[in-house]
Amino acid sequence: MIDMLHAALIAPFAEFEFMRRALVGAVALALAGAPIGVFLMLRRMSLTGDAMAHAILPGAAIGYLLSGLSLTAMTLGGLVAGLTVAIGAGALARVSVLKEDTTLAAFYLMSLALGVTIVSMRGSNVDLLHVLFGTVLALDDQALMLIAGIATLTLVTLAVILRPLTVESVDPVFLASVSRAGAPVHLVFMGLVVLNLVGGFHALGTLLAVGLMMLPAAAARLWVEDVTALLAVAAGFGAVSATTGLLLSYHHGLPAGPAIILTAGGVYLASLVFGRRGVVAARLRRPHLEA
Amino acid sequence: MIDIRRRLLLLAALGSSLAALAVPSPLAAEETKLPVVATFSILGDFVERVGGDRVTVKTLVGPNGDAHVYEPTPADAKALAAAKVVFVNGIGFEGWMARLAKASGTRAPIVTATAGLTPREIADDDHDEAPAKGGKGHDHDKAAKAKGHEGHDHGGLDPHAWQSAANAKVYVANIRDGLVAADPAGKSVYEANAAKYLGELETLEAEVKAAVAAVPAERRRVITSHDAFGYFAAAYGIEFVAPQGISTEAEVTAKAVAKLIRQIKTEKITAVFVENMTDRRLIDRVAKETGVMPGGELFADALSPKGGPAPTYVDMVRHNVTLLTRAMIGS
Repeated sequence: MIDMLHAALIAPFAEFEFMRRALVGAVALALAGAPIGVFLMLRRMSLTGDAMAHAILPGAAIGYLLSGLSLTAMTLGGLVAGLTVAIGAGALARVSVLKEDTTLAAFYLMSLALGVTIVSMRGSNVDLLHVLFGTVLALDDQALMLIAGIATLTLVTLAVILRPLTVESVDPVFLASVSRAGAPVHLVFMGLVVLNLVGGFHALGTLLAVGLMMLPAAAARLWVEDVTALLAVAAGFGAVSATTGLLLSYHHGLPAGPAIILTAGGVYLASLVFGRRGVVAARLRRPHLEA
Repeated sequence: MIDIRRRLLLLAALGSSLAALAVPSPLAAEETKLPVVATFSILGDFVERVGGDRVTVKTLVGPNGDAHVYEPTPADAKALAAAKVVFVNGIGFEGWMARLAKASGTRAPIVTATAGLTPREIADDDHDEAPAKGGKGHDHDKAAKAKGHEGHDHGGLDPHAWQSAANAKVYVANIRDGLVAADPAGKSVYEANAAKYLGELETLEAEVKAAVAAVPAERRRVITSHDAFGYFAAAYGIEFVAPQGISTEAEVTAKAVAKLIRQIKTEKITAVFVENMTDRRLIDRVAKETGVMPGGELFADALSPKGGPAPTYVDMVRHNVTLLTRAMIGS
C-alpha cells in the first residue's frame, strides 16, 4: 500500500528533475495567482485576466522578434504592453463616458490584432504561439527564478495593500470617503495582474496562467466568505490542482498544462455541488430557513 | 476655388500615372522569365537550380518556416494564379495546398516532386516494445491522415523524402520534366542544369555515406525534437528518436518526457538535437537532465535564410551531417 502510494505520488518527482521543476513552478504560480484571482473575482473582473493575457501578446512578440527566444526581452515586452493596456484602459474610463470594461475590451482587441499582425509580418512562419508560450515541462533556471520572483513580489505587495484593496473591492465609495488610496491601489493591483500573467504565460502558457488564477478563486468562494480564508483556500486549491494535474500528465499521458487546469476545473465543479455554499448545501438549508 | 483645386489634383494624379508608364518598368525583364511557385524553401532551391536564369521562383513557405502549420496569404494565391507551373512535395506535406490552388483559380499544372518515389510508412510502434527504431508516437497516423492531399489518401506516410540525397535526385528529375513540359523552348537549358546538379547530389551522397561510415555503428543513435529524418535514417543508418510526434502541433506530456529520459539513460543515446523550428527549451531540459550535450540545430523542413548555416539544400545536408557525426563521435 505504502509502496503503491509512493510510486503514484512521490516516485515521479524523486526520479525526474523536470517533474520537480514543473511542480515548483506550477505551485509558485498557483500561490501567487490564486489571491490575485480572488480579488479579480471580488471586483467583478473575472474576465479581465483573460483579456489582459491577450493584451500581452504584441509586447512579447516584439521582444521575440528583436532578440529571439530571450526570457528578458519577451518578459519586458509583455510587461510594457500589458501595463499600457491596463493603465490606458483605466485612464480612458475616467476621462470618457465609457466604462472600464468597454475601454479594456477595445484596448485588448487592438492589442491582440497588433500582435497577430506583428507575428505574421515576419516572413517566416514559425509557429510563434508555440515559441511564445512555453511548457511547464521545460522550465529552465531562468524561468523558475522569474516565476518564484514574481510570486514573492506579488505576495509581499498584496500583504502591504491588503487592507485598502479589500475595502476598495467590497465598498469603493467608503474607501473614497476616508482615504485617497483607491486609485493607486487599483493601479498597483492591475500591475500585479499583468506581472503574474507575464510570468505565467511565458513559463506555462496563457491557459495555465489565467486558469490557475480564476478557477481556485471561484472554487474557494463556494466554501468560505471571509477574505483571509478565501485567499488561503484559493491558494491551497491552486497548489493541489497543480500537483494533481502534473501527476495525471505523468501517469496517464495527458498534456501537462490542460491537465492542471482540468483538475482545477474539477475542484470547482465539485465545490459547486458539495461546497458549504454550493448547490446541495443550499437545497438542504432551504426548508430549514422557511420553517 | 474648389474647382481649381480639383483640377490641380486631377492633373497631378494624371501626371504621376503617366510618369509611371513612361519609366521602363523593371518588371519588363522579369516577364520573359517563367513564373513558377514552389511550396517550401527546400523545393524552391531545387527549382532554382534546375530552372536557372529562365525562371523566377516564388517560395510560399520561406526559410525557417513550418509548412505543417502554414497559413496561406492572399499574396500566395496571387502568386499561384500568375504561375505557369506549381511544384509541391506531395505525400500529404502541404495539406493546405489543394484548397489554396482552388481558391487562386490557377490553371498551372501542379507537379508533385515526389512522384515515382516509394514513400516510407510511418511505423506505428510503441516506445516500450521497439524503442530503438527511431521515435514514433502513437498519433502519427492520425496526424498524417488529417493532412489529406489532393484527394489521395496518403495514410501514415512520411512526407520528408528530401532528407535522403538519393530521393533528391528524383525531385530534380521531376522538376526538370515539369519545367520542360511548361516551357519546351528551354529544354536544353533545363536538362543541362539538371545534369550538373544531379552530379553534385551524387557527390553529396557519397560524402554523407563516408562521413556516417566513420562513426562506430553502436554510436549512431541520436534524438531530435521532431521526427523528420526517417528517410535520412533509412538511407544512412542512423537511428533517430523523437519526444514529439511527426507533427509540430502535438502538446507534449509528462509521460512522454519521462519515457524519453529513461530511454536515453538505458540505451546510451549519444546526442540530442533541436531543429530550426521547434521549441528548443524542451530538448535543452531533456539534455541537461540526462547529461547528454545538445548537439546544435539541425535543419529538417526548411532552409536557413541567406547567410545562415544552410541557405541551400546541399549546404543543409552538409551542415546536418557535420553536426551529427561530430556529436556522435564526440562525447
